[in-house]
Amino acid sequence: MSIEIEHVNKRFGHFVAVDDVTLSLPEGQLTALLGPSGSGKTSLLRIIAGLEFPDSGRIRFHGEDATDVHVSRRGVGFVFQHYALFKHMTVFDNVAYGLTVQPRRLRPSKAEIRNRVTRLLELVQLDWTANRLPAQLSGGQRQRIALARALAVEPKVLLLDEPFGALDAKVRAELRRWLRRLHDEIHLTSVFVTHDQEEALEVSDRIVVMNQGRVEQEGTPEEVYDHPANPFVFSFLGQVNLFHARVQDGQARIGDLALPTAATGDQPEGHGLAYVRPHDIEILADDSAQGALAAVVEGITVVGPTARLELKVAGARDLIHAELPKSRLRSLGLSQGSNTWVRPLNGRVFVEPGRTPADPESVGM
Amino acid sequence: MTLALRQPSVIPGFGITLGFTLFYMGLILLIPIGAFLLYTAQMSWADFWQAVSHRQVVASYKLSFGASLIAALLNLVFGAIVAWVLVRYQFFGKRVIDALVDLPFAMPTAVAGIALVTLYASTGWVGQYLEILGLRVAYTQLGVVVALTYIGLPFVVRTVQPVLEDLERELEEASAILGANRLTTLRRVILPALLPALLTGFALAFARALGEYGSVIFIAGNLPFRTEITPLLIVAKAEQYDYPGAAAIGTVMLLAAFVLLLLINTLQWWTARHSRR
Repeated sequence: MSIEIEHVNKRFGHFVAVDDVTLSLPEGQLTALLGPSGSGKTSLLRIIAGLEFPDSGRIRFHGEDATDVHVSRRGVGFVFQHYALFKHMTVFDNVAYGLTVQPRRLRPSKAEIRNRVTRLLELVQLDWTANRLPAQLSGGQRQRIALARALAVEPKVLLLDEPFGALDAKVRAELRRWLRRLHDEIHLTSVFVTHDQEEALEVSDRIVVMNQGRVEQEGTPEEVYDHPANPFVFSFLGQVNLFHARVQDGQARIGDLALPTAATGDQPEGHGLAYVRPHDIEILADDSAQGALAAVVEGITVVGPTARLELKVAGARDLIHAELPKSRLRSLGLSQGSNTWVRPLNGRVFVEPGRTPADPESVGM
Repeated sequence: MTLALRQPSVIPGFGITLGFTLFYMGLILLIPIGAFLLYTAQMSWADFWQAVSHRQVVASYKLSFGASLIAALLNLVFGAIVAWVLVRYQFFGKRVIDALVDLPFAMPTAVAGIALVTLYASTGWVGQYLEILGLRVAYTQLGVVVALTYIGLPFVVRTVQPVLEDLERELEEASAILGANRLTTLRRVILPALLPALLTGFALAFARALGEYGSVIFIAGNLPFRTEITPLLIVAKAEQYDYPGAAAIGTVMLLAAFVLLLLINTLQWWTARHSRR
């Protein structure tokens, strides 16, 4: 079941939570709503669920207007960040809840309920917990029970609000891989909210990047990561270094170095900012390569197989962050205070009309 | 067992606090009650039985326990509603109403009793209209219930309020999304979570009503066999220097109240175990 969101607006007092959002979420896909806190992603999810009402705009499920359908009749499954399990009920009763509250004439028989709950508990690999209370389970287990409970009513749409937000890093990583596999099995149209770009990139079929109530970009994880539409998306999806550049003839020049500007068509000329990921910065042993910039190593952090460098480039105010394999670091023989050369290999230039390199608020160099 | 007791604990002071608790409870509670029981024990069994089973006294037990029970039940229902409104809604004057709830705690009970009788007498502001409906409150058993309801109001409100504040909104949302209507959500999600607090509030309101004297005697009219509460009989006996008689009736009250509170506490402990574990 596809979800169409048409010109949805939502304000809380003076705060604009959702600002004229129009989106189409395709059937059977797992979509991530990604954004910083306050970007409106949770409000949008709650509007889709029917927990909040939009000030204006429509929500359609598979073409049918669902805007005024009450939350209890919308046929959505919802998973909360803090599980929201019923503490006084056993795991079994929690999962069975959606079935047992149905009106008598629609309610499945006791045996049928038992069957379905058992199957769901097997699906989330927790069939042995049926008679326990939620408090006796770990966070990851509770979230899987919450998911089983949401699936019990056979929803047409599954919505997850920061489902892994309250879990520790290892459980988080495990659970999101598990969610991906589960989604591939049941093929439900699913939307999940997250502020973790890694989670969104790893799990989802599509990413919708939100900021200040608006959609900044939507697309597959690869599209969004490799071709960010604007500076916000670029800097939100991972760490970034900023270089000041002069844009001329479709090329951006950082010192002697030329980078192609990504945008096509009439490119205004003038000042631009080049966004370069840490792993797209090459560290060189000498200045033989054209356009290399002299730099001093200010700090080295080794995280597992990767080394992260903080570099001070002559004339620049901010430190440059670079990432390279530990082995490469060793062969370069760098240590704190070493002199070296850096070269941005890849980057994305966004032209800022009306700014000149002499602008006093310049970042980088 | 000795080993377990010697285990160092992150929250030390078990020994000293328990010791202090026992000493304090002894001084404040057990010694007066013990002395009182001892005093009763000096009576012969026949005297004791005669004092506590007199028809007039038995009628007062029925009124005291019956009216207290009804008043506590009324407070259970309406106290829960007051707590709900105070926690769940924002409205003008909310703080004033919140403060008003505690008033029955602070006001001298005799003042409350006089106020109630003035209101509910057949010439009073409220009483004259009730009279038209054929309802008499002052100087009837209904009046006793009204007074006991008044003094028990804060207990249920104040025990339920914090629990309701801590109750996650998400639980209700989850219930709604799963297809439950409001009534089902109330019955299956909210009430079970509030049950321990409701029982505690009920027990407190009931216990308070049993021992209440000041506010009742004015509105009750104290007609023998009809509107005499047990505490009044105890005071009456004491005023006639019939201390053993007063002590005997007091003992019956004490034991009955203790058994009832023990029952409620057990029930409360049981529900708490089943809803919060």
